[in-house]
Amino acid sequence: MSVFINKHSRVIYQGFTGQHATFHAEEAIKHGTNIVGGVTPGKGGATHLDRPVFDTVSDAVQQAGADVSGIFVPPQFAADAILEAVEAGIKTIVVIADGIPVQDMVRVKRYVQDHDAVIFGPNTAGVITPEECKVGIMPASIYQPGRIGVVSRSGTLNYEAVAQMTARGHGQSTSVGIGGDPINGANFVDVLSAFNEDPETDAVVLIGEIGGTQEVDAATWAQANMDKPVIGFIAGVSAPVGRRMGHAGAIISGEADTANAKMNRMEELGVHVVRNPADIGETVDRVLKQKSTPAGGTSHRVQGEAVES
Amino acid sequence: MNIHEYQGKAVLKKFGVPVAHGLPAFTVDEAVAAAEELGGPVWVVKAQIHAGGRGKGGGVKVVKSIDEVRSEAERMLGMTLVTHQTGPDGKTVHRIYVEEGSSISRELYLSCLVDRETSRIAFIASTEGGMDIEQVAHDTPEKIFTMTIDPATGICPHHVRSMSKALKLEAGQPKQLGSMLNGIYKAVTGTDMSLLEINPLVVTGDGDLLCLDAKVNFDSNALYRHPEIEELHDETEEDPKELEASKYDLSYIALDGTIGCMVNGAGLAMATMDIIKLYGEEPANFLDVGGGATTEKVTAAFKIITSDPQVKGILVNIFGGIMRCDVIAQGVIAAVREVGLEVPLVVRLEGTNVEKGKKIIEDSGLNVIAADDLDDAAQKVVKAVGEAA
Repeated sequence: MSVFINKHSRVIYQGFTGQHATFHAEEAIKHGTNIVGGVTPGKGGATHLDRPVFDTVSDAVQQAGADVSGIFVPPQFAADAILEAVEAGIKTIVVIADGIPVQDMVRVKRYVQDHDAVIFGPNTAGVITPEECKVGIMPASIYQPGRIGVVSRSGTLNYEAVAQMTARGHGQSTSVGIGGDPINGANFVDVLSAFNEDPETDAVVLIGEIGGTQEVDAATWAQANMDKPVIGFIAGVSAPVGRRMGHAGAIISGEADTANAKMNRMEELGVHVVRNPADIGETVDRVLKQKSTPAGGTSHRVQGEAVES
Repeated sequence: MNIHEYQGKAVLKKFGVPVAHGLPAFTVDEAVAAAEELGGPVWVVKAQIHAGGRGKGGGVKVVKSIDEVRSEAERMLGMTLVTHQTGPDGKTVHRIYVEEGSSISRELYLSCLVDRETSRIAFIASTEGGMDIEQVAHDTPEKIFTMTIDPATGICPHHVRSMSKALKLEAGQPKQLGSMLNGIYKAVTGTDMSLLEINPLVVTGDGDLLCLDAKVNFDSNALYRHPEIEELHDETEEDPKELEASKYDLSYIALDGTIGCMVNGAGLAMATMDIIKLYGEEPANFLDVGGGATTEKVTAAFKIITSDPQVKGILVNIFGGIMRCDVIAQGVIAAVREVGLEVPLVVRLEGTNVEKGKKIIEDSGLNVIAADDLDDAAQKVVKAVGEAA
């Protein structure tokens, strides 16, 4: 199994006929993604990549049964595109657009609160369930089907972690990018909670960075609610205070925001913290071996459950 | 994007928020003329730089004669002002602000920002104005009042009542606060501010509310819809290398170390800096070449890194997603050919078209150290810098 998207997802790309979206839609189709069409206002009725183009998301939902959308429109039009998707009844929205005004997201998030939809991003590399469904811009070749959930703010650091895992034979159930912006849709807790419910995810790798409290909130939640191990890394130990490190959200505003403060707190809360970004794959390896040893604390319960069922 | 105090106050004034009268000056004569126009008898001469703590560094003076305005203007213009926010090198004062003096009976604190924890616009207020608010929050958290605004309702009368109570306002002041909060909320949402800080917000001798300072930061992603705000950008406040980088849409931050980094993606860029530190060296910069990097962009990035005299070694770490490794490789080669290479260069490429990228570097005949993975790359560049030293 997997979380959020799978081989049954009926995906559209908004901004479908643009150069960027076209390239990534082709890649996604090659990877097995069921892209049922796309939306480009004014080009409805056309065919692109052998699939129908719609004028509106509503048309795509009604005529193609779309339930997942990847937002590839330029940032200044992205908030409207998200709202259109939510209003049309799309349940899973992946916002690739980078550079959306933050107050646009304040309004979008308020609107989504009252609707049954989940947003990933903005400024995310996307979500991928290997060999089933890819909505995003990540290089599919480094992912392989498996039982580790991955959730990260950063795109390329996600690739780095996944490549290390895949090289050691640990595939991914689903890899989720929640995006690098200060205000984003789904947060770490939302994603951890989904992985916790997923019977085919054994452990979760959480990759955060400086700024905000999301990672520590997630570790606090995991300690209280999760029976699967969480492996965590926080980027930005070397980042200076008060500077925005590329991602709009990556800025240290106070002591609790620093990478070391976050990692120390996460460790106290039972997360397997990785201090060297080159050791993520190795740590996954070690934690899974511990887990399968009957002497371990949490593994006891997991094994017991397995016997009962 | 930050702007100067006097510009921030002009924006607030446009939204009906009461600020003291004042005029900016770029020369001593302009300062004197401003003081004469304002009339006195008390003026405040304030250095305009993008940093707080100006008072302690001698950048804010209350004066009582035109002669004093002249001498303070002479002293401040061109001075290097060092505050706890400028760093040890300080910032050169190129413009000052001459403001009419105000009588002060109370100093309060008010700010409005986009709060990432609640995903809302939040107001923060305190009776402890004129002080470092982080310190107040740390020492006496009960003196910090916070409220978030639902974008569906905006500012409501009950918000004003709550804040008036927290600030212990009297008589007609709550009504003034109501109008002020509405003005601020309109300014923040109407111009896409990410932070507005008024410290202090004062109660004057006459019992009126007045903004004595204004620190404003705008969301750079929203500047496209506010050309009048973008014009306020003061390039002299920026690090020249960071300014050059921004022209090529590169995200660059100068740091103090010796290893120059070029990486794609902010998270991986930070992790690359972190691993350099872990192996005992310090990064010279943060540089994210971003997604749609072209050969020109990579060349520009390379030039910016090598223009830093502190750089003793360079690490290029690219995990191609949207970025193709062959494009990066071509950019690196073109840049090295153009600017020369005097320090060790370690290149780690991974992802889309990695083999092509590696081959381009191999075939170039240039002295480039290839690395297999992140760990290998960090160790190699640290070792190379150690050997060269």
